[in-house]
Amino acid sequence: MSDQETKEKLLKAKKSWQEKVEKVVEKRPERKQFKLDSDLELKKTYDPLDLENFDYLEKLNWPGEYPFTRGIQPTMYRGRLWTMRQYAGFGSAEETNQRFRYLLDQGQTGLSVAFDLPTQIGYDSDHPLARGEVGKVGVAIDTLADMEILLENIPLDQVTTSMTINSPAAVLLAMYMAVAEKQGIALDKIGGTIQNDILKEYIARGTYIFPPRESMRIIVDIFSYAVENIPTWNTISISGYHIREAGSTAVQEVAFTLSNAIAYVEAALEAGLEVDQFAPRLSFFFNSHSNFFEEVAKFRAARRIWAKIMKERFGAKNPRSLMLRFHTQTAGSTLTAQQPDVNIMRVAFQALSAVLGGTQSLHTNSRDEALALPSEHSVLLALRTQQVIGYEIGSVDTVDPLGGSYFIETITDHIEEEVMRYIERIDEMGGAVEAIEKGFIQKEIQASAYKYQKEVESQERVVVGVNKFQTSGEQPMDLLKMDPATSQRQVERIKEVRLSRDQGNVSEALQDLRKAAQSDNNLMPHILKAVKAYATLGEICGVLRDVFGEYQQQITL
Amino acid sequence: MADKPLRVLVGKVGLDGHDRGAKVVAQALRDAGMEVIYTGLRQTPEQIVEAALQEDVQVIGLSILSGAHMQLLPPVLEMLREQDSSDIIVVVGGIIPKEDVAYLKDNGVAEVFTPGSSTEEIISFINSKVEQNQ
Repeated sequence: MSDQETKEKLLKAKKSWQEKVEKVVEKRPERKQFKLDSDLELKKTYDPLDLENFDYLEKLNWPGEYPFTRGIQPTMYRGRLWTMRQYAGFGSAEETNQRFRYLLDQGQTGLSVAFDLPTQIGYDSDHPLARGEVGKVGVAIDTLADMEILLENIPLDQVTTSMTINSPAAVLLAMYMAVAEKQGIALDKIGGTIQNDILKEYIARGTYIFPPRESMRIIVDIFSYAVENIPTWNTISISGYHIREAGSTAVQEVAFTLSNAIAYVEAALEAGLEVDQFAPRLSFFFNSHSNFFEEVAKFRAARRIWAKIMKERFGAKNPRSLMLRFHTQTAGSTLTAQQPDVNIMRVAFQALSAVLGGTQSLHTNSRDEALALPSEHSVLLALRTQQVIGYEIGSVDTVDPLGGSYFIETITDHIEEEVMRYIERIDEMGGAVEAIEKGFIQKEIQASAYKYQKEVESQERVVVGVNKFQTSGEQPMDLLKMDPATSQRQVERIKEVRLSRDQGNVSEALQDLRKAAQSDNNLMPHILKAVKAYATLGEICGVLRDVFGEYQQQITL
Repeated sequence: MADKPLRVLVGKVGLDGHDRGAKVVAQALRDAGMEVIYTGLRQTPEQIVEAALQEDVQVIGLSILSGAHMQLLPPVLEMLREQDSSDIIVVVGGIIPKEDVAYLKDNGVAEVFTPGSSTEEIISFINSKVEQNQ
């Protein structure tokens, strides 16, 4: 049969099916209009006609082949499962070190450090603005002394460590390197990631310090330092996670993340780096939200778009430069305080969509996180959820099992088109930095967040236990209680460090850093020197604040 | 009901950068006819009180998800008392454990809205509370 004949046969069969369906719908109307979170209205079902002219080699190809829609490695999880990496950190370095060692004992395969807000914003624990915040949302790290405790008895050549740190990323990276050296581990043997993605801090997460252009300079300094000195380190994790948490749609998450990525690549090229020198070390971080199939399609679309951008726009040649490698975390904003055990189910589905989307590492949220920082038991359940997906349900036994589905491929294409439309708009504005300075990206996200909230309140969007299926009376839960003395101990420790170090060394290192900041010299060697002299995070960031100034938030409402 | 629209200060106190809730609430209050002043991120308790007095608001809505509420909210309430401005209604939104909710309400917070609260609830609470005060 010719293609034409096949098509006519299909059309005929479809027509008669549609006539039947119309009658059914007349009798039993459908419940509502169905659409993706990214606003695509969905058809009743998808069929071969939706994929007419679908070019397999161009759109999918085999796993490990350009444009990597089906995955970045040829064997994916048949070779090795994703890295199970639970984000953890609270209180003091001692407490967090204990949680890390517990998680490693339970079969976790990588570390992920959460820092408290003063650390993330470059203030020491005894700074007035640190009041009430020390050790709260993560661990407090003031000096190399804290980092030594945090990583005690953890073999840095055997685990990889992800650090969620942005504005002061260079400082925490330097501390990590210094600890590795003390453990006697060569710097080309350490592996891990710093988030180091400042643009999304202005957009969604809020832990900025310096203005955008100065921040971009620090980031490029890290890129270029890493090429020579820590070749296996992921120098940035370009993050859509927080953009999504702030209320964006799936399309906006990918579009704004990739626009930010384009800005980093351009900044590095402008500074004279070659694209294939640094691009293989770029990594990404996405959110896994509740619309199961849309999320799977989102990850696949993101990989394809990035591969095309790197190849066509930036002329990258190294296949590793074209591969979008990403970490995923399930969506914190979907967790409910009501009936918190139900969150276990939400997390499991979100985690499965990340795995079907081909993630390289995964954090599963804990059921109690709409109430407090997670308890050890809740974190264990979250890790076990990943292990069930990885070892029990067969979801990893073949690569990209949803590939070729009429529906999945249609929405993968749709997401790609919509993302490219946004990227073009942002390009027209002059790029991501300009779009952020204009407040464009922030406003787009805000509009989506408000729409989402209205949909929940009108019950157009059901949230089990919140606007439907509520129960009265809540079950008590054992929540993690923070030790109120932690903050005091941390303040005492930083004072001790300040007294016991060689002050001359510190002053000299900080003076050198200031000179480097005022010139075009790479900051990294100077930050490393200051860190090794036990200069505090606040002192180092203070010098940079002096030279670079501070960012004033663009308030959009 | 008052003739003039209600004036509300929506503020982010402390270093917490999660402003989705604050912005959604601010927008909803505005759509409900209130005049909303949004402070943006990283406000100290002092700055919140100063802005509230300067803007002559009847209501302060504070959002905090970092767990620092027990250190950062009592100073706001304390300063309002010192300034003879305890008539300003303070409402709070965020991840706040139950026992802390009780403490805050005993010390001058009118209501605490935890995750899952609807903007409708918040609006009707504010309206009825303002009416009561008049």
